Amino acid sequence: MQLKPLARSLAAALSIVAIAGCSSTGGTQDGDSYGSQDGSTTGSSTSGTGTGSQYGSSSGSGSSSGQQADSRIPEVRTIYFDYDRDTIKSEYESVVMSHARYLRANPSAQMVLHGHTDERGTREYNMALGERRANAVERFLNIQGVSPSQMSVVSYGEERPAVNGQDESAYSQNRRVVFNY
Amino acid sequence: MQSLSKVWLFCVLLLVSSVASANLTIEITRGSDQALPIGVVPFAGSDGMPEDVAQIVQDDLDRSGYFDPLERSAMFEQPNQSDDVQFDTWRSLDVRYLVVGRAEQTSGGFEIQFELMDISGQRRMIGETVTVRGNDLRGAAHYISDQIFEAITDIRGAFSTKIAYVTAQGVGDNMQFGLYVADADGRRSEQVLTSDEPIMSPAWSPDGTKLAYVSFETERPAIYIQDVATGQRIKATSFDGINGAPAWSPDGRRIAMSLSKDGQPEIYIMDVANRSVERITNNNSIDTEPAWAPDGRSLLFTSDRSGGPQLYQYSMGGGEAERLTYTGNYNARGRFSPDGEQIFLIHRSSRGYQVARQDLSGDRLVILSESTRDESPSVAPNGTMVIFATQQGNSGVLSAVSADGRSSFRLPSAQGDVRDPAWSPFLN
Repeated sequence: MQLKPLARSLAAALSIVAIAGCSSTGGTQDGDSYGSQDGSTTGSSTSGTGTGSQYGSSSGSGSSSGQQADSRIPEVRTIYFDYDRDTIKSEYESVVMSHARYLRANPSAQMVLHGHTDERGTREYNMALGERRANAVERFLNIQGVSPSQMSVVSYGEERPAVNGQDESAYSQNRRVVFNY
Repeated sequence: MQSLSKVWLFCVLLLVSSVASANLTIEITRGSDQALPIGVVPFAGSDGMPEDVAQIVQDDLDRSGYFDPLERSAMFEQPNQSDDVQFDTWRSLDVRYLVVGRAEQTSGGFEIQFELMDISGQRRMIGETVTVRGNDLRGAAHYISDQIFEAITDIRGAFSTKIAYVTAQGVGDNMQFGLYVADADGRRSEQVLTSDEPIMSPAWSPDGTKLAYVSFETERPAIYIQDVATGQRIKATSFDGINGAPAWSPDGRRIAMSLSKDGQPEIYIMDVANRSVERITNNNSIDTEPAWAPDGRSLLFTSDRSGGPQLYQYSMGGGEAERLTYTGNYNARGRFSPDGEQIFLIHRSSRGYQVARQDLSGDRLVILSESTRDESPSVAPNGTMVIFATQQGNSGVLSAVSADGRSSFRLPSAQGDVRDPAWSPFLN
């Protein structure tokens, strides 16, 4: 099944997706049509063709339980980042995609992206870095056809660590974006 | 049950100003080798009083790094007025200055007489009778410390000032935050605000009556302005995105801040009277952590427009901001010295994040702290010390280092993390 490219602001298109259960929507055209305008800001590996192929494979394997899955908020709601980066790592693209599917399937659902950093560096500068991470995820979801009206971003910087500690193990668990419904 | 607990969460936000047990204690971590030897003799008549005024004065002078007080056990004479001071005795103890005094209880409080002697010059430098209303012996002691400090160093004392700071306990979704104001020695802390959402970046108004700060109590950041004495407050900004890093202008009429409502965080200036904001920076990078020059004519701020964070100076006349820091690839959160000739900042060195100083006349950067996880430097109003947040073990503590780096002290907290210190202006 091949839908026309999703216009992110078209509620009509979103409702079609919702009815269709969205398990096999999209294809590469989403990535192609939005990827170029997004460019490097999302991070090189998170847009364009990379997005398209990741999307295609996950929708294929998940099609049997797709409709049911998209009626529930995805269970994995945290993704992690490298130090000083806002690039969505390829291992987390499927997580972001699952949220994209859910949000498209549930146009009334609202979600807040919380951006976090590790504790190193100054607090207000980290506030800005946390926002960059959350913005990167928001753009990615947007490219996948999620309406901007369903999403908002709040950066917590280093103020709400997931774990305490001053080693890389703790730092790596604190550099994260959390999907809050 | 769930809705009940939600109501409770909102109720936890207390605005009462109450005495709480978040006092900080002092540990001197580095004494200056150029500190002046001074003796502060126990004040006669102070036995049984609620505070040992001479001890508070001695601790103040010790903490400043300018003085090396003689231990009480070495004082085999304890004069309480200048006429009784045997200069030879104190000279033999290598003391250059001596403080003597006496205290007595009065109907309305206390009366403390003190005198400062120059031992090598064999003269009385200053003396005063301090009237204490109620129980404010600590306030009187800090006042005496201010007089002594200025008489000897020609620098106005900052012992009667306050520090604001933030406390945090817990992790993840279960955290408690507090905003406190305490004396500059960490004692007599009072709670300004508590919340289960983050509190950040307290900033004193130049008259010392108000604090601007960031609170996430509505589950997103907003800047509030609160009267410290009355607890009354207003929400100053709550734009979409970041509302952060408030900094009062020297005239108290404007607050510089970082807002991301139009995309990336940019520097804005808010008119306190009508809360309108004017955008100052405009580019695709992070601009945050503004600080006003003491003359109010320029702003220092952090920007990553060159790739990593560096400090820039924007002149109110307009034009391009000038980059000030070139040492290393991380320089952030700058603050001016009161004379406007130096900046204090966080610099990432090969060891970690450290407090550093740079003269504005050049670009040489000097690291001041020995700790390596430092944040949030804030300069004393007399420019002699910089207080900052750092880590001791796994706890956040406040620490201070002298502007020349020669002396330092720490203010450990009994429980939880302490962070984000803001040194008040002169209050008297």
